[in-house]
Amino acid sequence: MDFELTQEQKMLADSAAGFAKKTSPVERLRRLRSMPHVEGVEQRHRAENDPVGWEKGVWAQMAELGWLGLFYPEAVGGLGLRFFDASLVLEQLGTTLVPEPYVPSVILGGWPLYRCGSDEQRRAFLAPMIEGRTSLALAWQEQGSRYDVARVEARATRAPGGFSISGEKVFVENGHAADHLVVSARLDDGSLGLFVVDPGQPGVRLLPFGTMDGRRAAQVTLRDVAAPEARRLAAGDAAEALAWALDLAAAAACAEGLGIARTVLEMTASYLKVRKQFGVPIGSFQALQHRCVDMFVQTQLLESTSILAAVRADDADADERRRAVSIAKARLSVGGKFVTQQSIQLHGGIGVTDEHDVGLFFKRMQVLCASYGDEEHHVRRFASREPFEASVGR
Amino acid sequence: MDLSFSQEQEAFREQVRAFIRDEMPPHIAAKAAVDGHFEHAEVMEWHRVLARRGWAAPHWPEEYGGTGWDAARRFIFSEELEKSGAPALSPFGLAMVGPLIIQFGTEAQKKRFLPKILAGEEVWCQGYSEPEAGSDLASLRTSAVDDGRGNFVVNGQKTWTTYAQYADWIFCLVRTNPGVKKQAGISFLLIDMKTPGVKAVPMLTTGHTPAFCDTYFDNAIVPKENVVGPVDGGWTMAKALLGHERTMIAAIGHSTRALIRVKSIARQHGLLDDPAWRGRIARLEIELEALRVQNYRALAGAQLGHAPGPESSVLKIRGSEILQQALELAADLMGPACAAWFPPEGVLLPQEQWVGSAFNYLRASTIYGGSNEIQRNVIAKWILGLPAQG
Repeated sequence: MDFELTQEQKMLADSAAGFAKKTSPVERLRRLRSMPHVEGVEQRHRAENDPVGWEKGVWAQMAELGWLGLFYPEAVGGLGLRFFDASLVLEQLGTTLVPEPYVPSVILGGWPLYRCGSDEQRRAFLAPMIEGRTSLALAWQEQGSRYDVARVEARATRAPGGFSISGEKVFVENGHAADHLVVSARLDDGSLGLFVVDPGQPGVRLLPFGTMDGRRAAQVTLRDVAAPEARRLAAGDAAEALAWALDLAAAAACAEGLGIARTVLEMTASYLKVRKQFGVPIGSFQALQHRCVDMFVQTQLLESTSILAAVRADDADADERRRAVSIAKARLSVGGKFVTQQSIQLHGGIGVTDEHDVGLFFKRMQVLCASYGDEEHHVRRFASREPFEASVGR
Repeated sequence: MDLSFSQEQEAFREQVRAFIRDEMPPHIAAKAAVDGHFEHAEVMEWHRVLARRGWAAPHWPEEYGGTGWDAARRFIFSEELEKSGAPALSPFGLAMVGPLIIQFGTEAQKKRFLPKILAGEEVWCQGYSEPEAGSDLASLRTSAVDDGRGNFVVNGQKTWTTYAQYADWIFCLVRTNPGVKKQAGISFLLIDMKTPGVKAVPMLTTGHTPAFCDTYFDNAIVPKENVVGPVDGGWTMAKALLGHERTMIAAIGHSTRALIRVKSIARQHGLLDDPAWRGRIARLEIELEALRVQNYRALAGAQLGHAPGPESSVLKIRGSEILQQALELAADLMGPACAAWFPPEGVLLPQEQWVGSAFNYLRASTIYGGSNEIQRNVIAKWILGLPAQG
């Protein structure tokens, strides 16, 4: 049992914290975020409505720091560390809502490529992303599939020289900006296949849209899109790789959510000390103190479960992994929502204005909770373990 | 980062399990198997079984009969005892006054009291709370007046003196100096329950157990040598004691056992596969598992010699809440049967017999050991640095 960070891990976390503060403070998300214009309202931070929402230069900087390949082996250009190390970075990215597409590209796009790609495919599609030259997206969800990676209607039918893909993919994070899409589709034999598709290919249509947290995603329509054999990721089990990628993404959401919870807890405690009403700081009122303490308690538990998920997320033992991730992700919806909700409540009216940051953290938390399996999904998955009765504490 | 116990620690766990399996007297084991309630005599019988093995006070220094185990082994030991359903030993001698005497007592006090606590030959109770001094303990009024002949004369009333009717001794916080700041005039005094003028009057808890007493002192003469530490110096010592064994206060083993009981009751009612009930059980289990990791973090810190800080209040708050919820869930699973109050055998499942009592009694878990609201005050002040309450 050991919860101490190594010297290297401390340095990694420190450098990520410095990056978040200096290179990408919350102001940067405000500048880049998607924000439909509202007529007649003056905004302190005028949204420029950047069409991408993140910056290639910063992405390259993150690659330079080694973050885009932290837990991939050196053979594909990674650092060969564990997912836990990535969670330290993700937590810091949460503290200032860094908008670069870490989860969509590094985890969701990268992991199936890594698990199911041939050496050549890894070199062609994974390595350039790790170097920060490209970004990826995973087109896995379809209308009504919710969190089930196996509910796929898109078809990849045999065609001369490869496959022809048709289908509709929804909520593709970073789908609007990715250089390559990893697409799941049913093969003729009913099994699941994975393909690398480029957005510029004939038959690919993107419908980009903004998300609540100021980021962007796209609906992707594929009509008779040609995928040569070389673009099929056939070196591993597609369904297993997708499920694993989602578990990693869920663990990442927990780490990022921890960073958010820490930040808004700190903001709220500070505010309670300076905001005066009835002639005294409102932080002297016991009702508000205890609410803030409950935020602290939940943040502590989020830290514990984020560690649990991060340590087990790249565990080859799928049962261990699923159990840990479901505990942590279900708890993110309990504790993370509570902390961000209460941060708005304790700020009062100002907390509901767009100009205050707590609302941005609240929105991101909501999106994280709804992504990669929500509370119901993970509680149900946790409860479906067998033997359920004889497994308390194990 | 490593969330597991070492092989050597797991081997130790096996040793503890084997001991419990082999040494627990059959009539106690039979009750433990169905989460029954233990009479005082059974608790003391189990105490003596542990004492014979040298395991009654694992956390005491070895020279006083402790085990020399590190924090991890003590945690595993306590977890396994809780998980087995074994009687919980009375904490007042072993966990409270014993360590205090070890830390602050005279040689004579150590010699007189410690061996009998360890052996389970003398039973202790705690005299802290008073009718007018609960969470605001420092305002206590039980007085100890120097009679000039080497004694204190004690007058007053202590309350919630758990199992005082069985106790040989009581340790009390008493007011020895009414003329100073309230925290500064308090002494820590050991009082023989057989002293003329001392009377314990049991009352029923909501769990229908005679766990609480009012204890009255009417001109009780107590030798001054029974003060532990300096006269008027009791408050700081009592506070030092609060930080003791904080890594155990989540009672993870206890809640684990309670959840196993919940699942077993659910199965016997045919509800374990019902999605709604199963979801509710799973949610509580998820809360427990989150707290388990939280507890491991505190434990790993203790292993490295870090003193438990105010953040251990998180363990108390969540541990007590989860335990309550587990018993509530057990009672809810029983449906209409949970209304049966100490019915004759055969009305309830054996495992359900004491659910009603524990469900009621465990409302105390968020009150005792510093109420959860006091724990929140501690975090607000010492961790969040929020301004003093008006």
